Amino acid sequence: MNEFANRKTYIIGFIILICGVILSRLFYMQVVDSTYKRASDRNVLRYEIQYPARGLIFDRNGELLVGNQTVYDIMVIPREVKDFDTLALSNILEIPKYQIRSTLETIKGKAKKLAAYQPALFRKQVSAEVYAMLQEKWFRFPGFYVQPRSIRSYPRKLAGNLIGYIGEADTANVSGDPFYVQGSYIGKIGIERSYENILRGKRGVSIYMRDVYNRVKESYAGGAYDTVAVAGSDIICSIDADLQEYGEKLMQNKVGSVVALEPATGEILAMVSAPNFDPAIYIDAHRAAERAEVGLDPLKPLFNRAVMAQYPPGSTFKTLNALIALQEGTATPATTYSCDGGYHYGKRKVGCHGHPSPINMVQSVQMSCNTYYCHLFRGILDNPTYGSTQNGFNVWRRHIESFGIGRKLDTDIPNELRGILPTAATYDRMHGVGRWKSLSIISLSIGQGELGVTPLHMANYAATIANRGFYYTPHVARQIKGQKLDKRFLTPHPTTISFSHFNPIVQGMYLAVNGGPGGTATIAKIPDIDLCGKTGTAQNPHGEDHSVFICFAPRENPKIAIAVYVENGGFGARWAAPIASLMIEKYLKRTVARPWMENYVMSGDLLYPNAVKKQ
Amino acid sequence: MQSRSNNILSRLDWVVVFIWMALMAISVISIYAAVYDDEARGIFDLSTRSGMQALWIGVALIIATFTLIIESRFYYVFAQILYGLSILLMIATLIFGREINGNKSWLYVGPIGLQPVEFMKLATALMLAKIMSPHSFRLQHFSDFMKALMVVAVPMALTFLQHDTGSALVFTAFIIVFYRAGLKPWIIMTCIFLIFLFILSLLLTEEATLILLGGLVLAIFMVTTRKFKLGFIGVAIIAAITCTLHYFLLLFDAEFELYESLLIAYASILPFAIIYALWNKLQYVLLLVGLFVLSVGLSFSVDYIFDNVLKEHQRNRINDTLGIVSDLKGAGYNVYQSKVAIGSGGFLGKGFLEGTQTKFNFIPEQSTDFIFCTIGEEWGFIGSLVVVGLYLLLLTRILNIAERQKKLFAKLCGYGVAAILFFHMGVNIGMTIGIMPVVGIPLPFVSYGGSSLWTFTILLFILLKLDVARYE
Repeated sequence: MNEFANRKTYIIGFIILICGVILSRLFYMQVVDSTYKRASDRNVLRYEIQYPARGLIFDRNGELLVGNQTVYDIMVIPREVKDFDTLALSNILEIPKYQIRSTLETIKGKAKKLAAYQPALFRKQVSAEVYAMLQEKWFRFPGFYVQPRSIRSYPRKLAGNLIGYIGEADTANVSGDPFYVQGSYIGKIGIERSYENILRGKRGVSIYMRDVYNRVKESYAGGAYDTVAVAGSDIICSIDADLQEYGEKLMQNKVGSVVALEPATGEILAMVSAPNFDPAIYIDAHRAAERAEVGLDPLKPLFNRAVMAQYPPGSTFKTLNALIALQEGTATPATTYSCDGGYHYGKRKVGCHGHPSPINMVQSVQMSCNTYYCHLFRGILDNPTYGSTQNGFNVWRRHIESFGIGRKLDTDIPNELRGILPTAATYDRMHGVGRWKSLSIISLSIGQGELGVTPLHMANYAATIANRGFYYTPHVARQIKGQKLDKRFLTPHPTTISFSHFNPIVQGMYLAVNGGPGGTATIAKIPDIDLCGKTGTAQNPHGEDHSVFICFAPRENPKIAIAVYVENGGFGARWAAPIASLMIEKYLKRTVARPWMENYVMSGDLLYPNAVKKQ
Repeated sequence: MQSRSNNILSRLDWVVVFIWMALMAISVISIYAAVYDDEARGIFDLSTRSGMQALWIGVALIIATFTLIIESRFYYVFAQILYGLSILLMIATLIFGREINGNKSWLYVGPIGLQPVEFMKLATALMLAKIMSPHSFRLQHFSDFMKALMVVAVPMALTFLQHDTGSALVFTAFIIVFYRAGLKPWIIMTCIFLIFLFILSLLLTEEATLILLGGLVLAIFMVTTRKFKLGFIGVAIIAAITCTLHYFLLLFDAEFELYESLLIAYASILPFAIIYALWNKLQYVLLLVGLFVLSVGLSFSVDYIFDNVLKEHQRNRINDTLGIVSDLKGAGYNVYQSKVAIGSGGFLGKGFLEGTQTKFNFIPEQSTDFIFCTIGEEWGFIGSLVVVGLYLLLLTRILNIAERQKKLFAKLCGYGVAAILFFHMGVNIGMTIGIMPVVGIPLPFVSYGGSSLWTFTILLFILLKLDVARYE
């Protein structure tokens, strides 16, 4: 057999070949290819997120509006559960025995093998008393433990729409921002949403190593890569909690909105959207029924009417047309027109109510004469200087725009709408190019027609008049701990109207409230306070007209400007003017000395016609 | 007696003994790391696997000593008896054995369990060497070849019956002994070709396999006969027939799959090839044609065997290794985690007891079949290089020892020992790095477990004893 001795060489050669294949494969896996290193980290490292405490929200006087409270979730580790006294647990948690068993079965079913060491939620949000009772009897329930969790609390139960609420982040949030994981909380609407980045703080992370059963074994690299959570910054908002609460009381059983601003700064003092809701229902695990009720309410409490509802401005808009006429020089304060109960053109007319005639500009504001503004509006648009109605319209439109109407004001409240302000093109489409005249769009003179403004637009307009020609972008954040306020809230926006032209308008608004007979808003008069206001009645094709009122006070150096919309409230003087008047009295004097008026407003119930309409 | 033990010690091949000890030391360290956790006790604590392995190693030292003390003729004389006893044990296991994880390979005598297949490997190595050692033995003679083949085939069949596929495949390693004893190279080439064909048929579609095989045969024909023109005419005819059948006959509503068309094309050209070969008296071409027909037939039956003969878990393992289907949570889990552990080791490794995959139990069977993961993760490429290098050194050393034997029995024993160790090493490490299917066989001297360690030790020391006694 020795003739085959040389075959040893081939065999050794083959063995070396195989060893070579193994070693080159090992070299590739261990030295060249890095995917296995990453896979190893994925296997072993567990990133435990440390959630920071969310920032608090205070009102302008330092009163807590949104706080944090601790709730206790009962967790269970399926693998560690041994036989226990279900009756005892049922007594402590006040849930039936069968429910304990079925919940446990469901969790175990989901957990199966590998997740059996993972804590699972057994019961959400038990009270501190239950927690205390459980603490004493812990040893009797192996596998169960309590996990404290921080949730929001609302000591004043105010301004649900403005403050907003937090809820679990949705898929888009999770994929769009690494801060969020499935189950983490995010501001959904209101301040909670617009200041999410400030309120949420900075997340910390602890990196642990885990074994194949997902059990935490030790800290990774001795905690060298761990970071500490930084609590969110507190926000002092411009809301006056007492005023806000009062506004919500006045608006009870009504649909509409009240927005109050501080003219000198643009700060929002109160923002009521009625009907309202209690934000606490969104954080309490046991109030799902109320959440459903709010979600299904036909009056849409979640709809923030202050920035999302668009109404015609009504007669409040006359003041703006007067300002434009003065600025364009097509009228002076002395311009006088007579009124015989309406403005006639062809076979049609714009009707007016009974008042003395003829009247000048101040009186036209005071008495809200429709005829006067039809003349004024045509004067502006048909001004021969511009050559055509279209050009005249564009000039008129530019003035309107400078008041922030027809565009988003860029406030810090989410979901703000731009409103409706038609362009020349709008009318070209409606009537044909060049085939419309000032008479075609005469409704604009008295704030009807193709116009839509939000209550916030109107409040901002009132503040602009109060300032005699400029405004600050309305905003709800007053001070953010450790940060400066956004620059856009600190720069005044001038309008296209000169300072001096405001005097006759303010005078007219003053007389509308304080001028005795003929004034449209005398109901709003407050002793000792120089209140200036203008009523409006927004035409509503679906039912009773909306009651509108804008005003500010005091006349000199104004402290507050308000816009009120009460849906289906009829004339401005019926509901909106008293509500605005009461709000101003409350804010400036802190007490209200007109209980009869308070009683009249609070007992007014306007929900009924709405309900009928809905059916 | 004194002089005899002196003789043994002085003539003992200490290089092999040192490698043996080094591998066992690596074993204890690696097993300790594999089972290590927070509450870990000492490395030699008998309640841990590393402690138990140390104990097994102690026993192995005693066994090694006995193996050396026993008269060397014993192994030659008793080879048949050992072989016969092992066969009986194997049959007994089939009847009385306890089934564990679907394998019926453990025999229990009271509390002590043993795997007869371990001793079967040993006995087969001795028996094969003995049957081949007479000077009258010629592997080229059919009856002698069949005798030798039966010595391997019977235990292999019994192991298959126990559903222990991994161990059964170990017996194929004896092909190395056959080769050294004079097996014709073309038989081995054929075996390799068949394995290649098996993998090819699983990886490729029918068409691709057919084109590849046809191309191969034509290429061999053209290169060996230098008749390039004829070859290209053949290619053109096959292509023409295939295209006609597959594409143009579609117009007449006749449907032929591409591989059917190819088959018909091959079949129609086959008679001409045979006539051509007979006419020109080219036996070689005839052989080539025969081989081609056989290969095509085999390739088509592989799919049948794969789908109908193999069991599902075997199919999964083969699929996983070939990368056809990969299921990281199921059949591929072990291999994936094993690759992650080894691959994350890097060049220098994560350090002793610092391997995260190892420490936190990501790899099942880590102290037994997947012990190489611990080495790869904690000691990196350097550690792997050392271990593979130790085996390479051991194997070449064994083959050198084998070649220096005068007695044919001792020589073939050496080859048997090398074959068994090599197969275990290659397949075990191969499966941990994903180039071999997962078959449960241990890494010699390193995997946890007494019976495999002792078998390998006896195997090694019988050879050393025969080596010591080579001058007698």
